[in-house]
Amino acid sequence: MVSATIDNREISVPEGTTILEAAQKAGIDIPTLCHHKRLPPIGSCNMCIVEINGNTKPVNSCNSPVEEGMKVATDTKALHEQRVVNLKKILKHHALDCPICDKAGECDLQDVVYRLGVTDAPFEPRENPRIAEYSTSLIRYWPERCILCQRCVTACNAIKGIGAIDIKSDGDDGQIVVVDADKCKSCGECLFVCPTGALTENLSRYKGRPWLENRVETTCTYCGCGCQLQLKVMDNRVIGVTTDVDRGVNQGSLCVKGRFGYEFIGDENRLTTPLIKENGEFREASWDEALDLTAQKFSSIKEESGPDSIAGLTSAKCTNEENYLFQKFMRAVIGTNNVDHCARL
Amino acid sequence: MTNPIPDLLKSEVILTTGTNTTENHPIIANYIKEAVTKRGAKLLVIDPRRIALVDSAALWLRPRPGTDVCWINGLMHIIIKEGLHTKDYIEERTEGFDELSAHLEEFTPEYVSSITGISQDDLFAAARMYAGASPASILYAMGITQHITGTDNVKSLANLAMLCGNVGVTGGGVNPLRGQNNVQGACDMGGLPNVFTGYQPVLNDDAGNKFATAWGVDNIFAKPGLTVTEMFSAAEKKQVRAMYVMGENPVLSDPDKSHIEHCIASLDFLVVQDIFLTETARLADVVFPATCFAEKDGTVTNTERQVSRVKKAVDPPGDTREDIWILNSLSARMGYEMSARTAKQIMEEIAKITPSYGGISYERLENERLAWPCPDEDHPGTPVLHVGKFARGKGRFFAIKFIPPFESPDSEYPFLLSTGRVMAHYHTGTMTRRGTGLNRISPESLAEINPVDAEKLSISDGDMVSITSRRGSITVKAWINKRSQPGMVFVPFHFHEAPVNLLTSTAIDPVAKIPEFKVSAVRIEKAS
Repeated sequence: MVSATIDNREISVPEGTTILEAAQKAGIDIPTLCHHKRLPPIGSCNMCIVEINGNTKPVNSCNSPVEEGMKVATDTKALHEQRVVNLKKILKHHALDCPICDKAGECDLQDVVYRLGVTDAPFEPRENPRIAEYSTSLIRYWPERCILCQRCVTACNAIKGIGAIDIKSDGDDGQIVVVDADKCKSCGECLFVCPTGALTENLSRYKGRPWLENRVETTCTYCGCGCQLQLKVMDNRVIGVTTDVDRGVNQGSLCVKGRFGYEFIGDENRLTTPLIKENGEFREASWDEALDLTAQKFSSIKEESGPDSIAGLTSAKCTNEENYLFQKFMRAVIGTNNVDHCARL
Repeated sequence: MTNPIPDLLKSEVILTTGTNTTENHPIIANYIKEAVTKRGAKLLVIDPRRIALVDSAALWLRPRPGTDVCWINGLMHIIIKEGLHTKDYIEERTEGFDELSAHLEEFTPEYVSSITGISQDDLFAAARMYAGASPASILYAMGITQHITGTDNVKSLANLAMLCGNVGVTGGGVNPLRGQNNVQGACDMGGLPNVFTGYQPVLNDDAGNKFATAWGVDNIFAKPGLTVTEMFSAAEKKQVRAMYVMGENPVLSDPDKSHIEHCIASLDFLVVQDIFLTETARLADVVFPATCFAEKDGTVTNTERQVSRVKKAVDPPGDTREDIWILNSLSARMGYEMSARTAKQIMEEIAKITPSYGGISYERLENERLAWPCPDEDHPGTPVLHVGKFARGKGRFFAIKFIPPFESPDSEYPFLLSTGRVMAHYHTGTMTRRGTGLNRISPESLAEINPVDAEKLSISDGDMVSITSRRGSITVKAWINKRSQPGMVFVPFHFHEAPVNLLTSTAIDPVAKIPEFKVSAVRIEKAS
């Protein structure tokens, strides 16, 4: 353990802890843009600067370890002024198109601009506008919003081990480029960590704003990993999926199905009414009709041929409660153990 | 899984076999990558296909499909000969070692190499890598289980893990990766013909009486029911006359599609409850429109045995009703009133009569991640199974014979077909093939054919090919790459346009009744 003070508060942390982590643990909030809990330190945004031992030349707290006896200041006038200068550099070419940006309302950049109270950051369009080299059919890249923080590139490498994208850094002309298009599986790890609206989801574009949506915590409906996610809901429609880095085995990650495979919920081909087949054709029926017919058929077949002449398949896609109820129905109501599901398929 | 997913970060060696984890369990693949790149773990991939995990592997062995028991016995043969097994653990915690050891004599590296196609050097290297690590974890999926020897394959992996003292320890284990979000829960809840909830056997009179009393019925037959494959055969013989199918699409998911359709046509009455008019629902007499996961409350149990909440986010469309309401209403019309009306009340009922779920409640699930067994409300759950002592007392070794697959390639059907999934789709595609998003990524079925075979057959990438087995024929686009080994073709089962289960056989494992989807004999021709 090493001991130090941050903003005159005594702290003691394991060796190797960064100043930023130690501060966060102590409840001291240092502004950041490129730092992300799931990622190794990047150190590109220069927002998390702090002063050490009164030295006026600041250092990035995200990649500086706490050392014994260190005295750290996170919130001096000089630091504030330097952060504003650094932020204005970022904002110079960042299109402040917040009104039409899907990220508005939960944008790290917007929050930092607000926090530092930057009001005079005139936008200068680039002489040579960037061209969106990276995008997939599910992920859109907005080059004029990109601040080159490198979170996306780091996530693609460090979390997925894929390395499909990189930053082509040529000063003002830097942007995300595709290194290996075949490797990108549109998992969306990059857009999950993006601190601005530079990477957005193509399916839910312009469908709802964060403050208008309701978000419901649930479990992904696909494979057996059990990823925790939130469904974004507006006007009784699921318009997107997001995650929380602190919840579940997935720690904010999802695959292409979990993140983008929600369209079926509101699909127009969903069944909406019971159907009864007559002369080989389906006709719409009321619940009373459909349930009565089924109950009568099951009862008469059970009467004629015994309960074991009826069999049921329950489902690995249904909940525990539904599965329980289904096997109880087969065993207690029909009276057979003929119940199974597609565990083997 | 015997162990939780994050345990992989504590493994020295991770052996994956019969799991294309990157595509089918992408989040678990994240953990494998982190273990390898940041924690110094070695990845040992044993798989007939050159899957993406091979890129991260320290060693990759490519067995002939259907020879799993043989290579696992072969590894154990080497481990025992070299004295790398954990003698204390075997002595203290297991039984049947001597029989196993004697049985393994014949599985010499020469013999195993001749059957499996794995070089002797690789067998030695893999045996030393797995046995030299502590702890080492085994991950497997349907590539191990979907064989007529599926049960034998799993038992063999358990033998291997116990031989090296890897069961009941953090970072170890024998870990099946389950493919559907509640396949674990459906089994736990007694959605099986031989057990009630929590695997209480229907053959056990005490269990039968307990459930009869809890449910207020006179008695429950102590005879195990039919498995899904047996149900369809029984339908053909008119022994089963009616079926109730909730949220399944057997016409596309089960082996030998034509046979299934024929069996369903023999039924007097079929009810299907689903969210779409699936291939199976089209054949029904009555269809109940059901709710999807976003429209209801409940719980699901993941591959780690962790129970998580599903919460209602939107109202269901049209006159769709929750499955619980449908089951309760049907039940009432047949003269039985279900007592629990809501998902929460049902979980309370489950907890009362299911020892392993005794401590699970909606209140606790708000803040806790609970893995069963969780017998009471103060119990923290059991992330790692068999710690200190096996559930049955001593861990039992089984001496297992090698049995070749039901069908082998021959002159008429010279290729070996394996089926499975791709990343962007799920099962029979009823959910993932709706909308536009995932179809942009994966719009059609692709048959993966090795370049060596493609050249022999004069097939180019993107050509349509017909693949024919003794049971049927499909036409599908060829994707020439080295993922399949020469002599093998892989086709996903998501696509109704190229229903690969027209080709698969109904040969099943005698115990688990799982079909042999990973080995069928086929011939491939360029489609005219």
